[in-house]
Amino acid sequence: MTVLHADVAIIGAGLAGTSAALALRRAGVSTILIERGLCGARASGVNFGGVRRQGRNMEQLYLAQRAQGIWARLPELIGTDAEYVRTGHLKLARSQEDLDKLIAYRDKVRDFELGLEILDAADLRRRFPALAPGIVGGSLCPGDGQANPRLLSPAFAHAAQRAGARLLEHCAIAHVDTQAGDFLLTAVDNRRIRAGTVINAAGAWGAVVAGWFGDDLPLQIKYPTMLVTEPLTPQIDVSLGVEGGGFYARQVARGNIVMGGGYGHALPGDRSRPGPAALAELGRAAPAVLPALASASVIRCWSGIEGYFPDKNPVIGFSPHTPRLVHAFGFSGGGFQIAPAVGEVLAEMVQGENTLMMAERFSASRWSARPTQ
Amino acid sequence: MTASPKAEAAPPMVVVGAGPAGVRAAQTLLRHGVRPVIIDEAPLPGGQIYRQSPAPRGSARQRYGFEHKRAAAIHAAGARLREQADYRARTAVWNAAPGRLDLVRDGELDSLPYARLLIATGATDRVLPFPGWVLPGVFSLGGAQIALKGQHCLLGPRIVFAGTGPLLYLVAYQYARAGGQVQAVLDSAPLSRQAGALPALMNQPGMLAKGLYYLGWLRARGVPMHHSASLAAALGAARVEGVRARIGGAERTIACDALAVGHGLRSETQLADLLDCAFGFDAAQRAWLPQRDADGRSSVVGVYLAGDGAGIGGAIQAELSGERGALAMLADSGIDIDRARLRRLERRQAALSRFRQGLDRAFPLPSVDRDCDDSLIVCRCEEIRAGELRAAAAQYAIDDLNRLKALTRIGMGLCQGRMCQGGAAELLADCRGIPLSAIGRLRSQAPIKPMPLSTLGEARP
Repeated sequence: MTVLHADVAIIGAGLAGTSAALALRRAGVSTILIERGLCGARASGVNFGGVRRQGRNMEQLYLAQRAQGIWARLPELIGTDAEYVRTGHLKLARSQEDLDKLIAYRDKVRDFELGLEILDAADLRRRFPALAPGIVGGSLCPGDGQANPRLLSPAFAHAAQRAGARLLEHCAIAHVDTQAGDFLLTAVDNRRIRAGTVINAAGAWGAVVAGWFGDDLPLQIKYPTMLVTEPLTPQIDVSLGVEGGGFYARQVARGNIVMGGGYGHALPGDRSRPGPAALAELGRAAPAVLPALASASVIRCWSGIEGYFPDKNPVIGFSPHTPRLVHAFGFSGGGFQIAPAVGEVLAEMVQGENTLMMAERFSASRWSARPTQ
Repeated sequence: MTASPKAEAAPPMVVVGAGPAGVRAAQTLLRHGVRPVIIDEAPLPGGQIYRQSPAPRGSARQRYGFEHKRAAAIHAAGARLREQADYRARTAVWNAAPGRLDLVRDGELDSLPYARLLIATGATDRVLPFPGWVLPGVFSLGGAQIALKGQHCLLGPRIVFAGTGPLLYLVAYQYARAGGQVQAVLDSAPLSRQAGALPALMNQPGMLAKGLYYLGWLRARGVPMHHSASLAAALGAARVEGVRARIGGAERTIACDALAVGHGLRSETQLADLLDCAFGFDAAQRAWLPQRDADGRSSVVGVYLAGDGAGIGGAIQAELSGERGALAMLADSGIDIDRARLRRLERRQAALSRFRQGLDRAFPLPSVDRDCDDSLIVCRCEEIRAGELRAAAAQYAIDDLNRLKALTRIGMGLCQGRMCQGGAAELLADCRGIPLSAIGRLRSQAPIKPMPLSTLGEARP
């Protein structure tokens, strides 16, 4: 069987991989995008759809700000806005202590000019009458928003294809080799790909791929649980989160409310299922935030498969052991908004530029340098 | 398996569904000294076919026609189950995991572990889109029958029956007998198919005779009946006012106040899917069905399948498969069963299968009109039209039904694809030029049917 050649082979056609492929092609680098299933069908395609900067670790805000500019240009980049709307993101505080944390966060990230606005209980009641009384306050990030994940990743993949990337779907890699300094990847069906550089963007399976090359990274797999209600009358136009986590919700244009919180469990065959405890908790948490939800019907629940690192930061950087291998995975539940910027950073990294701010926080060797916190 | 404390503490055998399959299964378990739990959504046993009204009017003969004795037998057996077994009416299974069912009843959640489970979830109408199908006044055949049997209501007064299948004539007959003004029966199957199927149908001469009786009765009362008659559109502005049909090459319009459409039946397979049973494509039923062996064992140990929920076989086959599935549950638990009885069941099932093949031949399942206009609504919950489906399929080279769902929202609404999956699958396969069997099926997700969010919150750890 003939061997496919490219400068860069990307393993995983989720949002990180597809946006890297598009950025590489825009720079004229030959690229093959390898996907075990269908592009954007895993966590990139089934996540909550929050396009949120507020609440991120400081070191991620450089990426988040860069991504914010890319989100605004989606139609020219990928041919669709993927239902992206800057609705604002409101993070709620259920206690004064939580509100103090939101205020401290606002002060800490002031230099990033997120435009965070602290609201008290009276502000909330006036501006968001659908919210339950008794919420102490919140922090509004007006420039944050939401989008449809089901549309975004496939659109990135197809834009990369139009720009000349080769997309191989249903192509599971069985083993890796080196050949005259290049990587030689062999798929289960014996398709072979030879590339000078490999980007591991395999998401929840990233640590497995890293392991092929001798990199042992402390990725934990979890299964975020989400559900969607029947369409309701307009309730809330901002995407909602809660200080301390555990509940997030947004109302889409059709009126359905998408929400999530808690985790499910694995099923055989790389599948997952929502957790009963998480669903029960959503059933209690949601009406406590939006009372109209008490009488709303749930029409579907689901879960994704996501990789988490202990410090909630992804690995973005070269392998400590294998030259010309770049890791980009473990977005720890927060990859959707920053992924378009990560794609650009990866493309630059592969071409010898390092544009990643505070790169040591994303390094694949950050656990060997010092003990994990 | 009797009254030792240890046995009582062990998880029970559970039957989901109290139609003909579920009732016979539970009865068989009881007869062998096993007290099952029976879960059923309806207030009273009988399933869809022998649905009981809480306040019945008229005689059983009027409600169930020739089947009134069978209906009465199932009702009586169901009533005994209510006394002797753990019978949970008005209870739905909303989710499941290996060894456990999640139940909901009147807003209360419960969790039920099971040792062995028989799934007898029955069928609903197979719904296909056609121009005007979302107009008020257009009903499924099963819906029209429920209105009559369950609510004593005649849709109409002027009603047209269209589609195909033996039920088409049965329900038209029931309406006409109850005083409905049946304007026409439009059968999409050609008469030649029915003639050609006669040898196979002779496997059940009694059932064939009943079918012929309905036909004769309708004909004798001057009800127009047409073969090779395809439904072109339901017409009307705010509600249905007539139908347009192609009959023998000519288009005709028939005025009516209601239209009942029978495109066949589809199995309710979500529970089997949630429990990870293996599925296979059934060409005659144009659907994916949970796989089972001759006794009803699914691919998952401890999970059994019976009745129309595992593939359309009709009510009598459902009774037999229910009993046989229960015998398999018992045998697999090390309980002695009557092997001679098993062989009798096998023989009767085989004869019914041949009859069913005759029905499949006489009434081939209709498909969606492949030339339907782009404006045709395929998914009514999300209002997705054929044109959107075709555009997405072409743009993204979609050959997977779940992918189509992700990119178009088809099947994402209240019905979760229970109504629109069939039509969407037919159209996708057609516009991509691939077999229906190649595009897969929608994954089932809990809840099996919509349920209040606040009910979820009732669950206690």
